[in-house]
Amino acid sequence: MEIMTRFLKFAVSVVTLCAAALSFMGSARADQLSEDLAGLASTDASSVSAAIIKAANAGDARALPALHALEDGKLRFDEAKHLWIESEGGPLKDALTGAPANAQGKLEAPASDNQVRRALSPALASLSLSSPSVSQRLAAAKSLGRPSDEIVPILRKIRAKEPDADVKIALGLALAPADMASDKPEDRIRALEAIRAASDATFKSDVEHLLTKGDDGKWVEPDAPVRAAATAALSAIETRQFLINSVGNTFYGLSLGSVLILCALGLAITFGLMRVINMAHGEMMMIGAYTSFVVQNFFIAHLTSHLDWYIAVAVPMAFMVSGAVGVLMERTVIRHLYGRPLETLLATWGISLLLIQTVRLIFGAQNVTVANPSWLSGGVEILPEVVLTYSRLAVIAFSVVVMLFVWLLMQKTRLGLEVRAVTQNREMASAMGISTRRVDMWTFGIGSGVAGLGGVALSQLGNVGPELGQGYIVDSFMVVVLGGVGKLAGTILGGLGLGLVNKYLEPVAGAVLGKIFILGFIIVFIQRRPQGIFALKGRAAEGM
Amino acid sequence: MIAEPAVGLKALHTKRGWAGVAAAVVLMAVIVPALSVALPASSPLHLPDYLIVLLGKFLCYGIVALAIDLIWGFTGILSLGHGVFFALGGYAMGMYLMLSIGAQGVYKSALPDFMVFLDWHELPWFWRGFNNLSIALTAALVVPGVLAFAFGYFAFRSRIRGVYFSIITQALTYALMLLFFRNETGFGGNNGLTDFKSLYGYDLHNPSVKVALYLISAAALLFTYLLCRYIVTSKAGRVLRAIRDAESRAMFVGFNPTNYKLFAWTLSAVLCGLAGALYVPQVGIINPGEMQPANSIEMGIWVAVGGRATLFGAILGAFLVNGMRSFFTAAMPNAWLYVLGGLFIAVTLFFPDGVAGALGRLKRKS
Repeated sequence: MEIMTRFLKFAVSVVTLCAAALSFMGSARADQLSEDLAGLASTDASSVSAAIIKAANAGDARALPALHALEDGKLRFDEAKHLWIESEGGPLKDALTGAPANAQGKLEAPASDNQVRRALSPALASLSLSSPSVSQRLAAAKSLGRPSDEIVPILRKIRAKEPDADVKIALGLALAPADMASDKPEDRIRALEAIRAASDATFKSDVEHLLTKGDDGKWVEPDAPVRAAATAALSAIETRQFLINSVGNTFYGLSLGSVLILCALGLAITFGLMRVINMAHGEMMMIGAYTSFVVQNFFIAHLTSHLDWYIAVAVPMAFMVSGAVGVLMERTVIRHLYGRPLETLLATWGISLLLIQTVRLIFGAQNVTVANPSWLSGGVEILPEVVLTYSRLAVIAFSVVVMLFVWLLMQKTRLGLEVRAVTQNREMASAMGISTRRVDMWTFGIGSGVAGLGGVALSQLGNVGPELGQGYIVDSFMVVVLGGVGKLAGTILGGLGLGLVNKYLEPVAGAVLGKIFILGFIIVFIQRRPQGIFALKGRAAEGM
Repeated sequence: MIAEPAVGLKALHTKRGWAGVAAAVVLMAVIVPALSVALPASSPLHLPDYLIVLLGKFLCYGIVALAIDLIWGFTGILSLGHGVFFALGGYAMGMYLMLSIGAQGVYKSALPDFMVFLDWHELPWFWRGFNNLSIALTAALVVPGVLAFAFGYFAFRSRIRGVYFSIITQALTYALMLLFFRNETGFGGNNGLTDFKSLYGYDLHNPSVKVALYLISAAALLFTYLLCRYIVTSKAGRVLRAIRDAESRAMFVGFNPTNYKLFAWTLSAVLCGLAGALYVPQVGIINPGEMQPANSIEMGIWVAVGGRATLFGAILGAFLVNGMRSFFTAAMPNAWLYVLGGLFIAVTLFFPDGVAGALGRLKRKS
């Protein structure tokens, strides 16, 4: 209590002296300032702290450089008791005017102990908050952190006089912990209003606590108006958190959706064309990811200086390697199974087992790391706590490019035309002279190649292991089924929709329950509207 | 579409067919247990306990293979989610076994250990009654049946078939696997249910109890076989095959395919539940891993290897594939996935009617 009364007195004197100081004329003020600070030029702690208090009471912001220097241990005085600020490498500066000059005789540091420090921090706070510049006051208020008990009364007075609303809020936030603990309801309301205005989530649990009832059935906060303010503050905090979460979830949903689209695009092509369920599709992605691993290692070994650009080589390589494996698969196995979709499903599952085991024997069962190139590491912070990582942004952009590539391939090339013709009516296309076997082979190759591209994208987002593809196979089937067969736009919508819903559900229901919910939804959705999704009409429907 | 198998139904109507069944029963139900129980452990012909357990597992897999043959081989519906029904039956039995541990667990509580670990203080509502064996056995059959009926009702009514049906059954098993992996679901999460001590008062570690469980499984397999044989040779069985070969035509002739498919599908799930309930006390553990999509697909390959639409072939396939699995995972673990993957490819490419079909062709040539 003694400290409290002492500082109340002290604070009253700050106010009166501030008013008094304003009445002095310029030169008179300068003289007053140097007189106030003269006590700093001493090795006696009580003299130094007395001078600090005097300067704080005078409320002249020009004392700040000297006091900051004292705090940083850079304040010096010479034999003429003149104050100087030492700067690293630079000349000595006059503590009051900032002008460089020469000191007289030996330099000494003023006393600096706990007593001095205790006096210094409230003085610095009150002085910097009395600066005439709004931006400086705002910066000072924001840098207050959690003020110690000694400064709280001073800050309250300063807040009462503060004309600027933003500075007031910043001060209110700094004072909020103290105000919330105050026994005066108006203090608590003021704290809650500042919290509401700033929507600062750090106070969320404190505010929530006010709105609960204790074990005795009484409200933690006895006053109804304060509770009303707390409710308002809480809803403001929640609104802001919702905004932050929405932005974050949308971003993660988009990036997951892009990955799903990359997985499902190739599947949609092969399934749409040949009605072939390729269970080894996930393994095509895995091969793509391992291709980027190999390319990365090649660059590390032979082209270290260009390591950042390995990804530019990995993309076409992955397309070609996965595509080649796909063509090989089509030539050796799938070709013999057309018209027998269930058998194809089993055979491709067998192929996926072979591929997984082969990769496991070559690269080991452990995950391997594919590092992001340096230009893909890091990210931009668009809101506090929401960082858009470059790798995820790049994956989104990459999937757009791949979609464009597939669209151009399908719509603008001869091969695309033939693929579409065979998809629509195999016999008729064959009768028109299109070699359907050749088209099948190329389509399968392209579908697998696109999956390989998806693998490169996955390698930038997470671990690469032999079972990489297995984790995505169910999801990508869902995208294809949801989006409709052989329809690029459907796949894109299905992928984005699944990605976004997945991420929006995650915070509400948890990752696993969210996923279960989606799978349940798809199962019901397919059963409700099978014809709408599959878009098979007439004889095509019977063929299934 | 698959042609009518060369061996199978007709052959089993003959006396020779019945003699074959009787021989198999004698081998599995008399000779094998006798080799284990009657012979001293020092005899070279003595079957060690682990082999009895292994063969008991195979018998349960045989039931699963019959169930899948019924729905795939005879009705033309490939399920990639039968592992769910198997696991649900297993979980029902596991819950009974878990509760009969009583206070002998690590935490000396009447609650199962994993519940104590989760700081639960009473049994969740869906565990009530599972300390009664007959209720648990009923649940092992009814729960998979109800799930399959509800799922099949909506799917078949919407005329979802072919690969689409396969894919959503895969989604079903995947979703339930994720659900059962959660601790909050109340089935032991990752670890599942294990550390069983006794079944109906009999110590599960006792070798003669193991033989008894083996015999019960053998009886169940025989029962399932006779039931399936009865169904596929009945008029309803012909309708099922008609649906498999030309669903629209069967419909135009005046049958409602939905009802027939639903019947076969639900029965198939119930049989899987039975297999799961017999499997768990022998193996001593049930966990969500049984619901992995890969497991369900593998069940399909048992039937394909043995020969679809031949009941005998399905059982043979389950024994063959699982026998190979046991051999390879012990002797050459790295080769096993190659063998399994190769089986998938070879069976679909070269032996669409499986071992039973190949045997039949050999017989006709000679």
